This record gives sequence, C-alpha cells and structure tokens, in this order.
Amino acid sequence: MTVVDSRPAAASGPAATGPAPATVTLKIRRFDPEFAAQARWESYQVPFDPSDRLLDAIMWVKWNVDGSLALRRSCAHGVCGSDAMRVNGANRLACRVLVKDLGPEITIEPIKGLPVEKDLIVDMEPFFDAFRAVQPYLITDDHEPTRERLQSAEDRARFDDTTKCIMCAACTTSCPVFWNDGDYFGPQAIVAAHRFIFDSRDAGADERLEILNEREGVWRCRTTFNCTNACPRGIQVTKAIQEVKRALLFRRF
Amino acid sequence: MATTAAPADRGAPELAAPRSPRRRTKPGTAKARSNFELHAWVFMRISGLLLFFLVLGHLVIMNVLDGGVQRVNFGFVAGRWASPFWRTWDLVMLLLAELHGTNGLRTVINDYAERAQTRFWLKMLLYTSAFLVVTLGTLVIFTFDPDL
Repeated sequence: MTVVDSRPAAASGPAATGPAPATVTLKIRRFDPEFAAQARWESYQVPFDPSDRLLDAIMWVKWNVDGSLALRRSCAHGVCGSDAMRVNGANRLACRVLVKDLGPEITIEPIKGLPVEKDLIVDMEPFFDAFRAVQPYLITDDHEPTRERLQSAEDRARFDDTTKCIMCAACTTSCPVFWNDGDYFGPQAIVAAHRFIFDSRDAGADERLEILNEREGVWRCRTTFNCTNACPRGIQVTKAIQEVKRALLFRRF
Repeated sequence: MATTAAPADRGAPELAAPRSPRRRTKPGTAKARSNFELHAWVFMRISGLLLFFLVLGHLVIMNVLDGGVQRVNFGFVAGRWASPFWRTWDLVMLLLAELHGTNGLRTVINDYAERAQTRFWLKMLLYTSAFLVVTLGTLVIFTFDPDL
C-alpha cells in the first residue's frame, strides 16, 4: 500500500513551495485474528520532519491511511512505557527514537515472545505474572514508623538504577532465553526484585532471592546483554541480574 | 446454577499464533525449592576454569612436545599411567569435561526442546551416554594393565 502525503502545506500558506518532504517506508507486521490466521507485512510511505519520532510516523499512518492499525501508546514521552516495539530488529520505545535515525525503510514488529493480540498489541499478562511473582513491594517486619522510613544517601544509591524501570517489557522480550522458555522470569522481574532486595528498608530479600533461585530464575540468564541494550531508560539490566546471582552465591557459600 | 458466561477474558490464551511462547508453569510457583541450578552454575564456572588448564596441558603433551602425536603408542600411555599423577590428571579431566558438557547440553535441551516428551527422551539419551562414557573411562583409568 502506498500513500502520498495529502496534508496541506501547513500554515505557511499557498505560497510555500519548499522542497518535497522526505519520506520513509514503514514496514509494519500486521495481525488481525478476526480476518486472518497469519500475520502479514504491510508497507506505508510516510512523510516526516527531521524532528519526528517514530511514534509520530506510526500515528500518521493510523490517522491518515489505516485507522485499524492497533498499538499501545499513552504519554508519548518515554515515561509510561506503553509503546515498546521491535524496530529494525531491536526493541525500542517508538516515542524515543527519531525517524531520521532509522534508515529509509523501518521494520516494525510487536515485541517478541508474548502472544500477539492484534498488530503491535501483545498480551502482557505473562510478563506481569513474572513481575508479581517476585513480590515487588516493600516487606517489613518491624513496627510502622510514624514518619517516613529514613535511608542514607548511600543506601539509596545501592538500588537507584533499578528504580528507573517503567515496565515497558523491552528487556524481557529481547531476551533469547525468554523467547524459547516462557517460564523464565525475564530481566524485568529480576530488575523489580533487585530494587527491593538491595533496599536497606526492606526485609523480604531472602524470600525474593529464594524465588529467583528457582529452576526458571536468575541461573537461566546467559548474559547476552540484549536486555541492557534494549532498555530505554538505560538501566544496566544485566549488571542487576549478575548482582542478584552474586547475592545468592555469597549467601550459600 | 449461575450459568453466566465466562468473564470477559482477555481472549489472548486462545490466540496461539503467532509467536506466543510456551509456558509450562506460572513463574514463582515451583513446588520444590532446591539449590540445584545454583550449584550447576557454580560447577560450570569452576570446571570451565580447571578444564582450560587441564585440556591445554593435555593437548600440549600429546601433540606438541617430543615429536607430538607420532610417539603416542601403547608404551607411551603405559609409561605415563605408571605415575598416579597422570592417572589423576586424566580422571579429573574426564569427569569434569563429561559433566561440564552434559550440563551444557541439558541447558540447551531445556531451552530448545518444546515438547515435554521430547525433552524427557533427549535428556535420558544424554544422561545414558554421559554415564557410559564416565563409567568406561573411569574403569580404564583404574584397571589399566601395562603388562597386557
């Protein structure tokens, strides 16, 4: 499918006869279980400005070419973590990459390893199952203080990196172990556990480490660094996983 | 009595295709907790490190020093195995290499064999072959008779 830009030349008036807008080809993996059992590839010719993000280009298709294109997006500024997708083979947030940096043809697929529901929308439930399983909340065994639970700057810094997670699933769905073995907790769940395991105010570290010591826990990690590469927040995911491994190791030996 | 329809579920579990992963259990619900994977992981690191020296040493002795592989015959082996040091070296190398490889293949099978039956039989095959190699090798090292 090829579509030519039919947008009026903006507010600059009819006199504006600047250079033709640059265009890019979006090759999107479409899937609609109501009409076809198999996914198909469709290409769209999209005009773009140098400042346009990939999400702008996709939304242009949705608004001007095919309204049935389904994707998740919300804040569009890299905070909510809704629009993770596989862009040119690597997991990215569509709102965090510029079209001009991605080449003349951009391949867009849903994140891999989770059941596709429609187009770029996947069923996130298995991902959330793993997240819930690591008890990602504060566990304490002392009396509740009347003020907030204080912590030194050093203690806070210990787990600072893993507090940045926005749960976009880019890391977990970039992990080859997770692709092949849906039972593996995946990088995100380990990051979520790391955030509490190394929190000086938390008392549930043993329980969480015990959970991650399971057959499908941290020992499945093959340190391929796909997760670290995929994380839009720049979290050192593989490092966090290694730190959990080390905590388990030195607790046993 | 209440014959209400199933709650409006997400519908996703029915959508097997495309590219949904296999999932056997929910994470965090494993029944028996053990340190087996932890110990397997540590074993791989330590055995890998030891094998690096054992295997390189073995290669150099057998293939490079004093004319290399040309001089290896029954007498050469008998001469080396007269010393408990070389017997121990070979025994340790045999055990570590076989177990290291077996555990590595076990992981590969866990990763890539999707059907439970396939996984089971592949692992049985693997463990049987490992048992045969270890038994046979150990037997030879301990019962080797230079006067044969």
